[in-house]
Amino acid sequence: MEEKTKKTENQDRNEEYSLNDDRRVKVLSPGAMVAKRFFRNRIAMVGLFVLIAMFLFSFVGGLLSPYKEDQLFYRTEILHKEYAGAIENKDFRYAVADGQEFPSVVQAKFILASQKGEESFSHDGKAYQLTKESDDLYVISYPDGTEVALAYKTIFSTSDPALKLDFEILSAGLIAAAKEETSFTAHGETFALDPEDGLVTKDGKEFGYISTWKMEPFMKDVFLTRDFKDQVIEAIEKGEKEIVYRDKDGEEHEYTFEFNPASGKWTINQETESRVYDTYANPSKEHWLGTDGYGMDMLTRLMYGGRVSLMIGFIVEIISTVIGVILGGISGYFGGWVDNVIMRVVDVFYCIPSMPIIIILGASMDATGVDPKIRMIYLMLILGLLGWPGIARLVRGQILSLREQEFMTATEATGIGVNRRIFRHLIPNVIPQLIVSCTMGLGGTILTEATLSFLGLGVRFPFASWGNIINDVKNTFVLINYPFIWIPAGVLLLLTVLAFNILGDGLRDAFDPKMKR
Amino acid sequence: MNTLKFIIKRLLISVVILFFVALIIYVLMRSLPASYVETIARQKSMQPGSKSFEEWMAQLNASYGMDRGIIPGFLHWLGQAVRGQFGDSWFYTVPVLQKFEETIWLSFIMGAISMVLELIIAIPLGIVAARKQYSKTDYAISVFALAGISLPTFFFASLLKLVFSVKLGWFDLFGIIGRNYEQLDKWGQFLDKANHLVLPIITLVVVSVGSLMRYTRTNMLEVLNADYIRTARAKGLSERKVIYKHAFRNTLIPLVTIVGGSLPGLFSGALITETLYSIPGIGYTSYTAMVSGDIPFSMFYLSFLAILTLLGNLISDVLYAVVDPRVRIA
Repeated sequence: MEEKTKKTENQDRNEEYSLNDDRRVKVLSPGAMVAKRFFRNRIAMVGLFVLIAMFLFSFVGGLLSPYKEDQLFYRTEILHKEYAGAIENKDFRYAVADGQEFPSVVQAKFILASQKGEESFSHDGKAYQLTKESDDLYVISYPDGTEVALAYKTIFSTSDPALKLDFEILSAGLIAAAKEETSFTAHGETFALDPEDGLVTKDGKEFGYISTWKMEPFMKDVFLTRDFKDQVIEAIEKGEKEIVYRDKDGEEHEYTFEFNPASGKWTINQETESRVYDTYANPSKEHWLGTDGYGMDMLTRLMYGGRVSLMIGFIVEIISTVIGVILGGISGYFGGWVDNVIMRVVDVFYCIPSMPIIIILGASMDATGVDPKIRMIYLMLILGLLGWPGIARLVRGQILSLREQEFMTATEATGIGVNRRIFRHLIPNVIPQLIVSCTMGLGGTILTEATLSFLGLGVRFPFASWGNIINDVKNTFVLINYPFIWIPAGVLLLLTVLAFNILGDGLRDAFDPKMKR
Repeated sequence: MNTLKFIIKRLLISVVILFFVALIIYVLMRSLPASYVETIARQKSMQPGSKSFEEWMAQLNASYGMDRGIIPGFLHWLGQAVRGQFGDSWFYTVPVLQKFEETIWLSFIMGAISMVLELIIAIPLGIVAARKQYSKTDYAISVFALAGISLPTFFFASLLKLVFSVKLGWFDLFGIIGRNYEQLDKWGQFLDKANHLVLPIITLVVVSVGSLMRYTRTNMLEVLNADYIRTARAKGLSERKVIYKHAFRNTLIPLVTIVGGSLPGLFSGALITETLYSIPGIGYTSYTAMVSGDIPFSMFYLSFLAILTLLGNLISDVLYAVVDPRVRIA
């Protein structure tokens, strides 16, 4: 059958038509006329292309992107942690022998005497004798030889916090160090001393060390090893600002030194590397639009966000169109009390302030902690259920006028069933207006969804939507410093809604048979 | 006489619609899973040595009048509301009407200024676009109008804030009064408030001017295609006269209707815009109340909005009949 018509067409083309032959005039079907008008509308075409681009971006882009929707990115960040304090001891410190007293007044007198190079001084009727072991070490004793105290600048500290230093060990050790001896005895035990680096050993085990540096950790649970202290002091004395130290466990840490001239103290900072979420990273090769506040790739989020925004728009529009067409169709076709009831319902729904209602529902879903996925479904249902009255009115109005036309009388005369009459003959005639209103409605729905998500009452994390991506801007710091976070989402949103509106406009013009062009 | 009858009939229908709208809203608010009462009860029961959550719920429900069933509760609310008693706001802890009076005028002023600006911008541009249909001007105006419609309010507001508040520093980011408001004299205080309203009003105007512009253009086009315009041109009237006397007056018919219909809307407040700029108008106040589950305030605000919508429809229908002599009211 089809082949036959094709053949006749071919024959027709070969024939020469007479001038008044109808076939000379190219006749376009109404559909083709609409298409022709539409494709001539340049702005509408731009809108169409933008929309196609958006769909590709959202639905194909997500597949092409190397990252997943909720993939988190990390960066290593170097943290300065104050680790230890070090001070080169330039003042005398005092150790007092057991059972003796050496109050601060006497200390002051001692300093005066030592500066003058005197060998004795007296205070409060008591005489004291000075024995200079070195510039940094004096032994103070009574004239009868009893040792009272020790004044020293080099510090003798133990390697293990459990070991105690009493006066005898201290004085013996310091004196030995001052004389550069290699051993000393105290309490009948022999200690070995390395005059080079001040290491004190007892029975071959490390006991302590003697140095002019005093170093203490800032945290109580940290014990500074001898090795570490040596390296740090060496570096400081050489004027270096940082060292890399490998501790017992083989972990390498970098330490930097800071000198505070006011207190004469050095602060040793430990640089620890820690993995943190790569939040608000600037655009780079890996992340073309940077990363967001969670440390996710912005471009990928935008793609998935577009998916969500477009899907929600479509589903909502489908829900409200289906309800609107059914109710509007019934209302318009049957008229009478059915029409009255349905139209009053429409009036009631028309009066319900939709935005506040959705805000209240969103807030209550917030409070109950609804799962984000279910929440999204609720959102679509609510928007759909609140959106149908406009469509019902449109369909009803169209059907009321169509009902009176001749072709409907014809369907009635030929005895076509009611369902068929409504859905095959009336509804198709409403479809042009319906398409236009849906296209424009889609833009509106996407805007509503975005506004809700922006307020934090719509689509929630971990799902992305263009609205909730811009949500970050509520944080004024982001608004000011990270425009790359929210501007792309806003531009995409604007472009999409604009494209839907332009397309709807173009379609309306194209469907309008009165249009001149 | 006819008009009066029509108005009365419409008013009666409106009352019925309003009843159902209020019922739906009330049922919705009451059946929401987590309410303000629950939140408070949870907080109170958390305190050391406090009663259990259930006991607090019972006590608070009784004190807030929430122990009635939904339908009796609604009828009680309705009875009170008809007498103009909307109770005390839970969130603001003042009578609902007092809070309403404090906030409504700010919203109204904002709405009125933006509406005047919209009219000033939209009508001339719409007419120009229609006169030069398919010209570059027409395309530019149409795209501008559509862009305004498509612009997400929050995005535009953020952009304005970035440019004018952050980069240029002309306006504050939030609020209606500045830091040194108290030190200013009367005139200074007025200027301070006006300054804080600039960005919100720009936002409102840009976002809503588009639809009015398109409406003007469509109607102007329709009028320009009418027979009497052809007649006017055929008579040899100057183009100015044709456009501004014959065409424009007829375009005014639908415009007056739509503008009249949107007058009540001036009181509804700009929910989103006010929230974005933290302007303490009725919109932002209600937003805060709604988000915290304040039932008396939300009920009041939602019914108020429904009344405004109904009133708007009524006004535009009546105006349509009054302005256009061709329309007869059935």
